[in-house]
Amino acid sequence: MLHLILFLFFGVICVAGAINLLAQSHPINSALSLIVVMASLAGEYLLLGAEFLAAVQVIVYAGAIMVLFVITIMLLNAGAEERTRGSRVAILLGVPGVMIGAVLIAWTLLFRSNTTSVSIGALPGGPQAIARLLFHQFLLPFEITSVLILIAIMGAVVLASRPDAVAKPHHTDTPKAMPELVGAGKER
Amino acid sequence: MRRTRTQAKARARAHAPHKRKTEDSLSIATFLIISIIKSVAVIGVLLTAVAYSVWLERKVSAHIQNRWGPTRVGWFGLLQPLADGAKFIFKEDLTQPHVYKPLYIAAPMIAMTFAITSISVVPFGNSIYIPETHVGHFFTIPEIDTPLEITDLNIGLLLILGVTSMGVYGVALAGWASNNKYSLLGGLRASAQMISYEVSLGLSLIPVLIKSGSLSLRAIVESQAHLHWNFFYFPFGTVAFFTYLISAYAETNRTPFDLPEAESELVAGYHTEYSAMKFAMFFMAEYANMVTVACLATLLFFGGWLGPVFGPPILAMVLPIIWFCLKVFFFMFLYVWVRWTLPRFRYDQLMAFGWKVLLPVAVANIVLTSLYVAMTS
Repeated sequence: MLHLILFLFFGVICVAGAINLLAQSHPINSALSLIVVMASLAGEYLLLGAEFLAAVQVIVYAGAIMVLFVITIMLLNAGAEERTRGSRVAILLGVPGVMIGAVLIAWTLLFRSNTTSVSIGALPGGPQAIARLLFHQFLLPFEITSVLILIAIMGAVVLASRPDAVAKPHHTDTPKAMPELVGAGKER
Repeated sequence: MRRTRTQAKARARAHAPHKRKTEDSLSIATFLIISIIKSVAVIGVLLTAVAYSVWLERKVSAHIQNRWGPTRVGWFGLLQPLADGAKFIFKEDLTQPHVYKPLYIAAPMIAMTFAITSISVVPFGNSIYIPETHVGHFFTIPEIDTPLEITDLNIGLLLILGVTSMGVYGVALAGWASNNKYSLLGGLRASAQMISYEVSLGLSLIPVLIKSGSLSLRAIVESQAHLHWNFFYFPFGTVAFFTYLISAYAETNRTPFDLPEAESELVAGYHTEYSAMKFAMFFMAEYANMVTVACLATLLFFGGWLGPVFGPPILAMVLPIIWFCLKVFFFMFLYVWVRWTLPRFRYDQLMAFGWKVLLPVAVANIVLTSLYVAMTS
C-alpha cells in the first residue's frame, strides 16, 4: 500500500516535471525540471529495489551531468526563448501519435510479453549483484564501453582545443575583452 | 527495502541474540512513529550542532587571534547562537528588484534541504533497546529495538555522495539568480570547484570500501572493531584519509578553498545579495555540510562510535554516542584550526591541485590497495 502510494507520487512528479520541461520558456527552468525528472526516476528505482541504480542515477545524472547543463546555460547567458505558435501538424498528428504509442507500449507490456510481476527485491539490485554481473558476465561489453567513452573524451578535447594555444606560451596572450557576465539576464 | 530491513534485522540479531522480537514484528504504525521521532530528534540535534559549531568557530578563531570572542550572552557566550538566530529572524528580508525571484527564493532552500538530508543515513551508535512497558492499564509501549540512525540503507555512503553532489545547485542557482557579477562569479567558482573535488572525494573512499566490503556505513564501522581503524591501515587508509579530508574541505568551500566567497575579491560570493534568514540558510547549510563531513570522516576512518564501553547498561548505551560526538568534535575543531592557519589558494592553483595532484594520488591509492588486497587474501 505504502509502496503503491509512493510509486504514484514519484510517477506524478516525474510526468509533471517532463511536461514542465517542455512548457517552460527559459532554459534554466527547463534544466531544473529535467533534474526533477531524474530525481523522481531515482525514487522509482529505489521503490523497485534497485538501490544501486537509484544512487548512481542521482550521482551521475542529477548531480554531475545536469550541473554541467546548468553551468553551460549560465555561462552562455541564454535568455528566455520566444514563444512560437508551433506547427499545426505537430498538434494534429503529434498528440494522438504519442497517445497511440503509449497505449501500444502499455498493451504490449501488459498482455503480449512474458514478463510477470515479481515482489520487490526479488531482482538483483544491490551493488554486489550488479558488480558480479558487470565484472563476470558482461566484462567485455563493460570494458569496450569504457574505451568508447575514453575515445569520446579525447575527441572532445581535440575538437575543443584551439590549434594555436599549444604553440604560444601562455603569458604572451593579450588579454581579451571579457564577455559581459550578468546573472539572470538584463531584461528582467 | 525489504532486503535492507531483513539485513538490518539479521545484523541486529547477530548483535543481540537474546532479543526475541525484531524490527519486522513492529506494526507499520509503530515503525512510522519511531521514524518520525528519530527524524525530529536527529534534525534537532543537527541544527543545534550547527548553531554551536558557529559558536565554536567564533570562539576558537578569537583565541587563535588573541581575542575573547563572544562573552556577553550567557556563560562563555554560550547563548550567542540563540541571539544570532533571533537577530537573523528580525532582520529586514531584502529582495532586490533585479533578481530572478523564483530561483532566488528557492536557492537557499535547496542548499539547506540537501545539507540536512545527508545526515539521515549517519549512524550515531549501536542501537536503542527499550523493553515492553505498560503505562497505566490501556497503553502499552511495544518492545523497541531500533538502530541509532534514521535509516540503515545498504547504499548509505552512495546516498551521502549523491545528496552532497546535489548541493551544488543551491550555490550555483543563488549566484545566477542574484543577477550580480560577484554572485555569478562566486556561483561559477563554487560549482566548478565542487564538481572537480567531488571526483577525488569519491575515489578517495574506495580503498575503505575495498577493505570493508560494504557500502553500508554501519557495516563499515563494524569492520573497524578492536582499533583496526581504517586510518591505521597504513599506508592505504592513511593516504585515503588525507585525500578525503582535503577534497572534503574543498567540497564544503572552507579555507583554504573558500574561493567562492573570497571576501577580498568577490564581496561575499554567491550570497552577496542575500540577507536575513535567507543568508542564514546558506550559513546553516555550510555548517551542516561540515558536520556531515566530520561524521563521515569519523565513521569511515576513525571507527565511528567504537571505543571502550564499560559500566551499567545505561552507561554502556550512552558511551558509544559520546565517543562518536568527541571524534566529530575533533574534526569540527580541525576545520577552524585549518581556517586560521592556512592562506587561501589562487584559483588556478586550486584547479591544478585538484586534477593534477589529488586525483592521481586517489587513483594510485585505489590501484595499490586492490593489488595489496588481491595478493594477501
